Amino acid sequence: MLRRRLNRLFGGDEGRVHSRTIYVGHKSCPPNEAYIPPKFCDNRIVSSKYTVWNFLPKNLFEQFRRIANFYFLIIFLVQVIVDTPTSPVTSGLPLFFVITVTAVKQGYEDWLRHKADREVNEYRVSVLEDGRRIRKMSAKIKVGDIVEVEEDETFPCDLILLQSSRDDGTCFVTTASLDGESNHKTHYTVADLESDLQYLSATIECEQPQPDLYKFVGRMHIYRNSQEPDVRSLGPENLLLKGANLKNTQKICGVAVYTGMETKMALNYQGKSQKRSAVEKSINAFLLVYLFILVSKALVCTTLKYVWQSKHDETWYNEKTQKEKETNQYLKMFTDFLSFMVLFNFIIPVSMYVTVEMQKFLGSFFITWDKDFFDPEIQEGALVNTSDLNEELGQVEYIFTDKTGTLTQNNMEFIECCIDGFQYKHGDGSSELDGFCVTDGPVNKIQQKAGREREELFLRALCLCHTVQVKESTKQRQDQNDQFDQIDQVDGLGLDHGFLDPPQKEMGFIASSPDEIALVKGAMRYGFTFLGLESKNMKILNRNKDVETYELLHVLNFDPVRRRMSVMVRSKTGDILLFCKGADSSIFPQVRQEEVERIRMHVERNATEGYRTLCVAYKHLSAQEYARADADLREARLALQDREEKLMAVYNRVETDMILIGATAVEDQLQDEAAQTMEALQGAGMKVWVLTGDKMETAKSTCYACGLFKKNTELLELTLRTLEDGGRSREERLHDLLLEYHKKAVQDAPPVKLGITRSWSVAGHDYGFIIDGASLSMVLSSSSEPNSRRYKNLFLQICQNCTSVLCCRMAPLQKAQIVKLVKNSKGNPITLSIGDGANDVSMILEAHVGIGIKGKEGRQAVKNSDYAIPKLKHLKKLLLAHGHLYYVRIAHLVQYFFYKNLCFILPQFLYQFFCGYSQQPLYDAAYLTMYNICFTSMPILAYSLLEQHICIEVLLEHSTLYRDIAKNAMLRWKLFLYWTALGIFHGLVFFFGVRFLFSNPALQDNGQVFGNWSYGTIVFTVLVFTVTLKLALDTRHWTWINHFVIWGSLAFYVFFSFFWGGIIWPFLKHQRLYFVFANMLSSVSAWLVIILLILLSLLPEILLVVLRKPRGPHARQIAAVTPLSYKHLKERE
Amino acid sequence: MVKEEQEESSNRPDNTAFTQQRLPAWQPILSASIVIPMFVLIGAAFIGVGVALFITSRDIQLQELDYTGDDSEHPCFKCRTNTEKCTCSMTFSIPTLFKGPVFFYYGLTNYFQNQRKYGASKDDNQLYGDLNYFTSPSTDCDPYTRDSKNMPIVPCGALANSMFNDTFTLSHTVNGVQKIVPLDGKGIAWWTDYNIKYRNPSITPLINAFNGTKKPTNWPKPIYELDTTDVYNNGFINQDFLVWMRRAALPDFRKLYRRITHDDYAAGLPAGNYTLTIAYNYPVHSFNGKKKVVLSNVSWMGGKNDFLGIAYIVVGSMCVVMSIVMLIVYARFKFGEDD
Repeated sequence: MLRRRLNRLFGGDEGRVHSRTIYVGHKSCPPNEAYIPPKFCDNRIVSSKYTVWNFLPKNLFEQFRRIANFYFLIIFLVQVIVDTPTSPVTSGLPLFFVITVTAVKQGYEDWLRHKADREVNEYRVSVLEDGRRIRKMSAKIKVGDIVEVEEDETFPCDLILLQSSRDDGTCFVTTASLDGESNHKTHYTVADLESDLQYLSATIECEQPQPDLYKFVGRMHIYRNSQEPDVRSLGPENLLLKGANLKNTQKICGVAVYTGMETKMALNYQGKSQKRSAVEKSINAFLLVYLFILVSKALVCTTLKYVWQSKHDETWYNEKTQKEKETNQYLKMFTDFLSFMVLFNFIIPVSMYVTVEMQKFLGSFFITWDKDFFDPEIQEGALVNTSDLNEELGQVEYIFTDKTGTLTQNNMEFIECCIDGFQYKHGDGSSELDGFCVTDGPVNKIQQKAGREREELFLRALCLCHTVQVKESTKQRQDQNDQFDQIDQVDGLGLDHGFLDPPQKEMGFIASSPDEIALVKGAMRYGFTFLGLESKNMKILNRNKDVETYELLHVLNFDPVRRRMSVMVRSKTGDILLFCKGADSSIFPQVRQEEVERIRMHVERNATEGYRTLCVAYKHLSAQEYARADADLREARLALQDREEKLMAVYNRVETDMILIGATAVEDQLQDEAAQTMEALQGAGMKVWVLTGDKMETAKSTCYACGLFKKNTELLELTLRTLEDGGRSREERLHDLLLEYHKKAVQDAPPVKLGITRSWSVAGHDYGFIIDGASLSMVLSSSSEPNSRRYKNLFLQICQNCTSVLCCRMAPLQKAQIVKLVKNSKGNPITLSIGDGANDVSMILEAHVGIGIKGKEGRQAVKNSDYAIPKLKHLKKLLLAHGHLYYVRIAHLVQYFFYKNLCFILPQFLYQFFCGYSQQPLYDAAYLTMYNICFTSMPILAYSLLEQHICIEVLLEHSTLYRDIAKNAMLRWKLFLYWTALGIFHGLVFFFGVRFLFSNPALQDNGQVFGNWSYGTIVFTVLVFTVTLKLALDTRHWTWINHFVIWGSLAFYVFFSFFWGGIIWPFLKHQRLYFVFANMLSSVSAWLVIILLILLSLLPEILLVVLRKPRGPHARQIAAVTPLSYKHLKERE
Repeated sequence: MVKEEQEESSNRPDNTAFTQQRLPAWQPILSASIVIPMFVLIGAAFIGVGVALFITSRDIQLQELDYTGDDSEHPCFKCRTNTEKCTCSMTFSIPTLFKGPVFFYYGLTNYFQNQRKYGASKDDNQLYGDLNYFTSPSTDCDPYTRDSKNMPIVPCGALANSMFNDTFTLSHTVNGVQKIVPLDGKGIAWWTDYNIKYRNPSITPLINAFNGTKKPTNWPKPIYELDTTDVYNNGFINQDFLVWMRRAALPDFRKLYRRITHDDYAAGLPAGNYTLTIAYNYPVHSFNGKKKVVLSNVSWMGGKNDFLGIAYIVVGSMCVVMSIVMLIVYARFKFGEDD
C-alpha cells in the first residue's frame, strides 16, 4: 500500500535497475544464439483471497486478528478450560454468530471473485504460434506469446501492439475498467515491422512490472538477416493494458509483456489504506477504561474472596471437592480471577462492534440515496467508497479545496485573446458590455488591429498547438474518415490542465483538458476550424474556406514542470514551425523580450478578472535546427532510464528563443452556489484553504468571487513577488515577512477563545493569507533545521489565525504536504480535502476525509476518495446535515453502549458481596447472552440510523450548529464520565432497590418466598426497561420504526421471558428460570418495585433535561447540544 | 411506488420518505410545562401508593423467635452443641388476635445458599425422576455424588444434602392445657415446582426406585421417607424439600415452613400464650449462623416490608419537590426571556 502511494507521489520508481527481456514469439534472438526461455508468471488472475482448503484457517486467522474478536475468543477459551460461572455458550454463541456471519459474507464475496477469476482465466483467446492461430485459455498465455484480439474484446494481458488492422498502425481502446475514462485512446504499433509476424524476430527489453498505468519504458530490438538489430523505443502509447477494451479496430496482434498478477491492472488491484475516524479512537480509549474497570473488578472480587474465605472456614454444607483441596492455592486464585473476568466480561460489549459496523454500513446508504446529491447533468448521485468515516464528516475543521473543477466548473469558455498587444473579444455574448470592452472597444474579426498576418498566425497556432481529437460523428465505424489525432497524453500529474479526459460531447472535440477545447473552439469562431488529423497530417479550414494541411512532426507534451506544450509542424511550403503555448511564467523567459511587456499587461489584467490565461509563441526552425531537434528527441525517447528527464532537457532546449504572438483568456465559471457553500462552511467554523496550481491572480479573484476573501479582508502575501521586494536575500525577507505577519495576525489579534464559541471574526480584522509554491518550499525546507521548524510553526500559526488561506502554484505533492502539516499540527485537527482531478489525489489520500468531485477531469479523484459528490454545493449538505447527524448518532451510540453494559454488569458485581464472592451470576445465562443481542440492540441501532435531533432543514439553515459538535464534543472525557456515572447510578439503584425489597423474600400474597433467580429477574427487568426508556428519552425523532423497535424490544423481552420460563428445556442442565418470570409478575410488590426503580433511575435525567433548557442568544431558535445529547428543536414561534 | 415519474434515470435515488430521511416523526419536547404537571401527578400517585403500602405493611403482624441458643439462658442452649436428638421449647405470648391466615417461616442468617458451587450442586434430571441419573448422578454434585462406598447418592449434591431438618410444633395454651396448633405443610412451595419441575419416578412403591442408591449423608432418613403419610408429599415432591431447593437470594433469608389454616385458627391465632417446641437438628454454630422462627400474616403485597412504602413516599415527595424547583427555575427563565 505504501509502495503504491509512493509510486503515486513520486511517479514510479524510475531508478529500478532490472529490466526484463522478452523473446517475441519465443524465438531465440539473434537467431543463432541459444534460446533460454525466461521464467515469468502465467496469466492466471487470482483476485480471490481464499481457496477451499485454506478458507477456514485463513479467514479465522484474519478475523481473530481483530482485537475485539480475539478478546472474546480468549474469554470463550477461558470458559471452556476453567470452571466458570457462565457456560461457554454465553460468550461462544454471540462470537460464533459474529464470526459466522462475517465468514459467510467474506466467503460469498470470495466465491464471486472466484467466479469472476474463472471467467477471465478460462476466456478463450487466439494465440499465434508458428503462423497458426491457436485458441487457448487466457490463463495459459505466457510472456512472449503473440496474442490476437478482436474488436470489443478485452485485452487478456499487457500487450505491446505489433500490428493493427487499421492502415495507419493505430488502434483505439477504452480504459473504463481501469481508470473510469470512457473516451477512446489511440495506441500505436511499433513502427516498421514485418507484415507477417511469423517471421518477426525480435526481443523486447522493458522495465519490471510497476503499477503506474501511465508509465512504461521499453526498447525493442529487431533482428533482420543478422544485421545490427534495429532499435525502437516503446512507451505507454505502445502498451495495451489488460482490462482495456479494443474499439473501432477490427483486430490487433500484440506480444504479451506482463501477464497475470504482473499486469498493471493486477498491480493496481489493492485495497486502499484504512483511515480511522476520531470516533474510533475514542471508542478504543473508552474500551481501555472499561477493560481497566473489568480487571479491577475481577481483582477486587478475587482479593475479597480470599479475605472472606480466611474468615469463613469451609462450611459443612458446602464442602470442597477432593480436587479443589489439592489444587495449588495460587493456581486457584488465578482461576478465580479468570472466572470473575468471565463473569464481568459482558461489560465490554461484543455487540458494539457489530452495531457500529452495521450503523456505518447502513447509514452510508442515506448518502447514496439522497436525491439532493443527484445531479441531472451527469445522471449520478453521491458515491460512498468507505462508510468508516461517516461521522468524521461532522468533525471537519479544515477544508482543503482545489480550485479548478471544484470551486469552478472546469467548463471553459473562450473569452478573449490578445494578439500582439491588441485585444480581441468575441462579440456574441450578452455579457459583452463590461469595462474592458468599452475601453478597448469591442473588436470583431473584421476590424483588425494587429496585422492580418500576425492574426492568422496566432489562430493557426491555436488550431495546431493542442492534442484535441475530433469525435467520430457516428457510432458505425468509418474506416475511411476516422479523424483522430491525439497522442495519448494522459499524465497522472497534470496540473491546472488536468490531464484526464472525460468525454466531451459537445461539438465533437475530445481533449485531455477543457482549456484546449475552449481554445480550438475559440479559433473556430474567428474562422479557423480544426478538421482533424489524418495520418500525421493536421488539417485546418481557414477563413477562405481552404483546407490547409500541416504535417505533424513532433508533439512536445505538456508537463506540470514546464507548464507548456509545443508542436512541430511542416507546412505545405516546407517551412518547419514550432508552436508553443503555456502559462505566462513559463513562456515569458523563453521568448524574445521585446513583445513581452505589451502582452504581460493583458495577461495580468485577465488574470485579475479570474480568467485562465495562456500565452502563445512560435518559432521558425531551420532544416538543421530541426534535424538536430529531431535526432535529440528520438534519442531521448529511446532511453530506457531517465527518459522523462532526458526528454525534458530536449524540450527545454528546443523551446527557446521563440516569438510571442499573443495570449488567450478562458473563463472558468464558478460552481453553482460556490459562494453560499463557502459561507456556510465558514459559518460552521471550518477554515477553507484553497490549494491550486493556478496562478495567484486567477486564484485570488476566484477566492473573492467565492467570498473566501471579502472586501475588508487584509491579505498577507508570501509569494515570490513579495519576497523579492526590498532587494535583500529571499531567506532574510522570508524571515522578516513571517515575523511581521505573525505579529499582525497572531500576537495583535484579540485572544480567540477556543472551544464552544470558536468565532474568529468577533471583531477586528479578517486576515487572508496567500502563499505560492516556491515560497512554501522555502518555508518547509529552509536551509537550517531549527529555522525550518520555526518557520513551519510561524506559518501554521499565521494560517490558523486567518479566515482563509490561498496556496497557489502548488504541485500535487505540495498540496499533500500542506494537508499533512495541518493534520499533524497542534490539536490534530480533522482535515478534509476536496478535488476533482488526478492532481488532487495525493491530498485526498492524505486528508482525514477525501472527497472527490465527479467532475470533468476523469475519475481518478473519485476512485481514490472516501466520498464522491457531483458538485461542490453538495458538500454543504454532506457536512452540515449528514456529517452532523452521523456524528451525533454514533457518538450517542458509543456512549449509550458503554453505559448500558456498565449498568448491566454492575449489579452482578455487587451481588458478589452478598454471595461470598462465589461468582454466582445474578442473571440467567440466557439473559446474559441475549441482553446485548436481542433486548437492547435494535432500539439503539434504529436510533443511530434515524435520529435527527435537529431536523435537516434547520441544520442547513444554521451552519453555526456544526460548531456545537466540533472537536469531538460528544465523546469528551467529561461526557464519558457523565455516562459512566449514570451507569453506576443506575446499577446501584437496580441492585440495592431489589436488595431492600428482598429483606423479606415473602413477596407473594400466598406467603411463598422468592429465590435468587427471582432476584436476578427483577433486576434484569428493571434494567431492560430503564435502559430502553433512557434511549426513548433521548430520542428526539420518533418515526414509526423507532416506535416499533423500542416498544417491540420491550414486548419481545416480556414474551421471551414467558417463553423461556414456560418450558422445561431438555438441553438445559438446570431449569433455573422455570416460571420465575410468571411468578414474579404475580407479585404486586415486584411490580411496584419495578415501576419505582425505573422511575427513580430516570428522574434525574428528566430533571436535567428540563433544567438544561437552552439559554443565550440562539436559545429561541435552536438549542445547544447539551451533554445529555438533549437537543431541542426550533421553539415554536 | 414513487418511481413512475422518474423512469428517465435508473441512477436517480428513490424519492421515498425513508430514503430521504423524511419519515413522518413525532418530535416530543420535554418542556417544563409538560414535565411539571407530570411530576406533580406522578408524585401524588407515588405518595398515595406509598402511604397505602406503608399502612398495609404496618398492619402486618410479625412474631420473630430466635432459637439458635447462643445465650446460655436460652432454652435451646443445650441443643447447640448436642449431636444427639434434642428438643427444646420456647414460650411466647400473643397479645392480640394474630389475624389469619398465619404463615410459619423459619429463617437462617449468614447462610450462603447463593454460592455458585453450592447452588449448582444438584442434578435436575434426578429431581425430574429420571432413573438413569439415579445410578450415575451428574458430577456437578461433587463431592456429594457418591458416598464413601462409591454408592450413588439420590438426591445428590450439596443443596439437597444440607436440607433444613429442624421440625417445629406449636401449641396454644388454652386454660392451662397445651393444644397443638395444626400446621399445614401444603401450598408452601411453588405450584410449578410441585407439579412440573420435580417429579417422582413412576414406580410404586417409591422405595423400589431407589434400589442401589444411598440417601444424602447428612440426612437421617432417605428421600422416600420424608413424608410416609402422604404419597403426594413424599420423595422429590415433598414440599419442605422443594422449599429448600429454591435457593435464597441473600445470606439472611427465611423460608416458608407451614401455613396455619386449620378451621380453629382460620381467623388467626387468638391472643394467649404459645409454646414452640423445636426438634433441634440443624447445626449453624459452625458458621455463626442464627436460626429463627417467624410467624407472620401477609397482605396483597406479600410479607411485611417497610422499604417499599417508604421508598414510594420518598420518591413521590422527590417528584413534588422537583416540580416545585422546576417551577421556580422555569418561572425565572420565562421572565428572563420576556425581558
